[in-house]
Amino acid sequence: MTANPLAATDTEPGKEPRKELGEELGEELDRIRSEIIAARGADDARYIRTVIATQRGLEAGGRAALAVSLFPPAWAAGTAMLSVAKILENMELGHNILHGQWDWMGDPAIHSSTWEWDFLTPAEAWKHTHNHLHHTWTNVVDRDRDLGYVVFRMSADQPWYPRHLAQPLYNFVLAPLFEWGIALYDLEPETVASGSRSWRSFVTDLTGLLTKATRQIAKDYVLFPLLAGPSALPCLMGNLTANTARNLWSHTIIFCGHFPGDVQTFTEEHVEGETRGQWYLRQIQGSANIDGGGLFHVLSGNLGHQIEHHAFPDLPSNRYAEIAPRVRELCEKYDIPYVTGPLWRQYGSAWGRILRFAVPTPRRPA
Amino acid sequence: MPALPALMGRLLTTASWLTSPLAPDDYLGLIDPLLDARLPAGRVTAVRPQTPDATTLTLRPGRGWAGHRAGQYLAVGVEIDGVRHWRTYSLTSVPDRADGLLTITVKAAPGGRVSPRLAHRTPPGTVLRIGPAQGEFVLPDRLRDRILFVTAGSGITPAMGMIRTLVRGRTPPPDVLLLHSAPGADDSIFSDELHAAERRLTWLSYGEHHTRPHGRLTPDALVRLCPDWRERETWACGPAGLLDAMEDHWSGAGLRERLHVERFRLAPVAPPDPCAAPGGRALFTRTGTETAADASTPLLAVGESAGVPMPYGCRRGICFGCLVPLTYGRVRDLRTGEIHDGTGQLIQTCVSAAAGPVSLDA
Repeated sequence: MTANPLAATDTEPGKEPRKELGEELGEELDRIRSEIIAARGADDARYIRTVIATQRGLEAGGRAALAVSLFPPAWAAGTAMLSVAKILENMELGHNILHGQWDWMGDPAIHSSTWEWDFLTPAEAWKHTHNHLHHTWTNVVDRDRDLGYVVFRMSADQPWYPRHLAQPLYNFVLAPLFEWGIALYDLEPETVASGSRSWRSFVTDLTGLLTKATRQIAKDYVLFPLLAGPSALPCLMGNLTANTARNLWSHTIIFCGHFPGDVQTFTEEHVEGETRGQWYLRQIQGSANIDGGGLFHVLSGNLGHQIEHHAFPDLPSNRYAEIAPRVRELCEKYDIPYVTGPLWRQYGSAWGRILRFAVPTPRRPA
Repeated sequence: MPALPALMGRLLTTASWLTSPLAPDDYLGLIDPLLDARLPAGRVTAVRPQTPDATTLTLRPGRGWAGHRAGQYLAVGVEIDGVRHWRTYSLTSVPDRADGLLTITVKAAPGGRVSPRLAHRTPPGTVLRIGPAQGEFVLPDRLRDRILFVTAGSGITPAMGMIRTLVRGRTPPPDVLLLHSAPGADDSIFSDELHAAERRLTWLSYGEHHTRPHGRLTPDALVRLCPDWRERETWACGPAGLLDAMEDHWSGAGLRERLHVERFRLAPVAPPDPCAAPGGRALFTRTGTETAADASTPLLAVGESAGVPMPYGCRRGICFGCLVPLTYGRVRDLRTGEIHDGTGQLIQTCVSAAAGPVSLDA
């Protein structure tokens, strides 16, 4: 919609006639939702199984090539295959399966309750902070911890502290180490410090993380390099590169999903007594899409369709592309901003926001 | 040769460090579903019609299959339109067959979703998920001298597994009488095989009761057909009416412990309009709490107000943090009206209400 997302700032949420618009919009979105639910079938099941088979094939191929990675072309091919495999595993498989998008198939092998991913954070911990806290309280200051991931200031509704001056630096460090950042974040250490959670529960979660992380680290940085024998060092470097590439990529996609300039944030007063329609509206106003082709969307876990994902987090990801034009049409009809743009622009815009709120800005009146 | 599987198992456990967080089985299963031991599967190798509506499927079980005892049943998972549906069928094959194959005989239920597909549209080569063998309706290690089987319809299937096992057995079999009830001769599953066996074997007698001309099989008729029923250890499988009547009759004679009964658990019948389904009582099996559940209150709220510690999350159907297995009955998704009735299926309690009596594993 808008020409220059960098220039835009949080719009005043109180100004929109939320109520009337919300309910009509909600009914129309509910209709889209039930249509897709009724249409889910064998083709969707085939899609997710194809992605799974492709991902495992790429991973096995990448590992095999890295086992002989003293030979430089094998290193390049192995690292590329493993990077793509890890990206698919994380984004299109892990993120979406853990959302319950494929629970309807009744296949215990592809189910939110059984799936575990190649990521430091155990699935259970992540489902709590992501599916529950983030998706329920999208962009609500003080409720959605994803809004700034505790360390960033991303909205004029958040108070400024001098430490925020360094947030461009944090982000620069966070990007290649994203899975470590998320692992620490999912432990919710600040809830123990503030006394709202017991030490015992924290230690349980920490043990879970350490157990999981040990296996993941041992696999990539000890066992596979050892098996590669003379190729140990290039194999280790290949694995490190693949993990870093995955981290950079998921950080990029995720920061572009909620932080480009036009995306709104909300206050707790704002969401009090929120209806289903208003909830939908907030999901749309609090998310940003990224334009791209089919392959881009698969590799981004279809989070280029972040708006559709936030409106319908449990619909199969392969269906977002077909819903997107209809959601966009509704936004035009009701004059709701539909924030979208090419990757470079959304990325620049997200960085713009990190820079902008690093310095003190006047707080918005509540 | 137990050394080889044991070694294989150890190797796979070690390899799981390389496939973490997946298991080696996840990769093996992509090569061939039968190699996946965690989610056992079977491949249909032969399809043989028995009657117009009953078909015998021969399955080659994969790595996860741990064997069975005669009379047990197994769960079969069939994928229809991307959704896996589970049903249970009695095993009709002899345990530990030399060729390792299993057989089940499926009778197509009119209007059913799964059984017509299995009976009529399952070509050889189809891979079906299978569960472990289950059930206590089995032949004991020490047999009485005389045995009676009373079966009706597809209730003959577990008895057939036992009779075939007795036929193949090394020890001299006991005297066996099988009384089977079916609408007519054409509907009688295994009829040819049983008649042939009866002619060949001195210890086996087989009688058919046809309900179309003669009405239902009653305990009085049974007693007439088998005068020495008091001396026989009896296994019965069929519709609830027949089994109830038999239980009463045997109990009345003080011989209830001589009667073994297998009830096929049927899915509850759908009300004509699922959206109009009334609520019911909800049983939370872990805590043993039972309470009223109306058709519009989410089961999460029902459980919590009854003091059941329920898993919860967003309370609006987004986060899948409240999944609980359904152990009995049917629930309605309050957002879509969709009905879920799969036993063991995980349901979102925050957006599901009771549609009739339900029980949840919480």
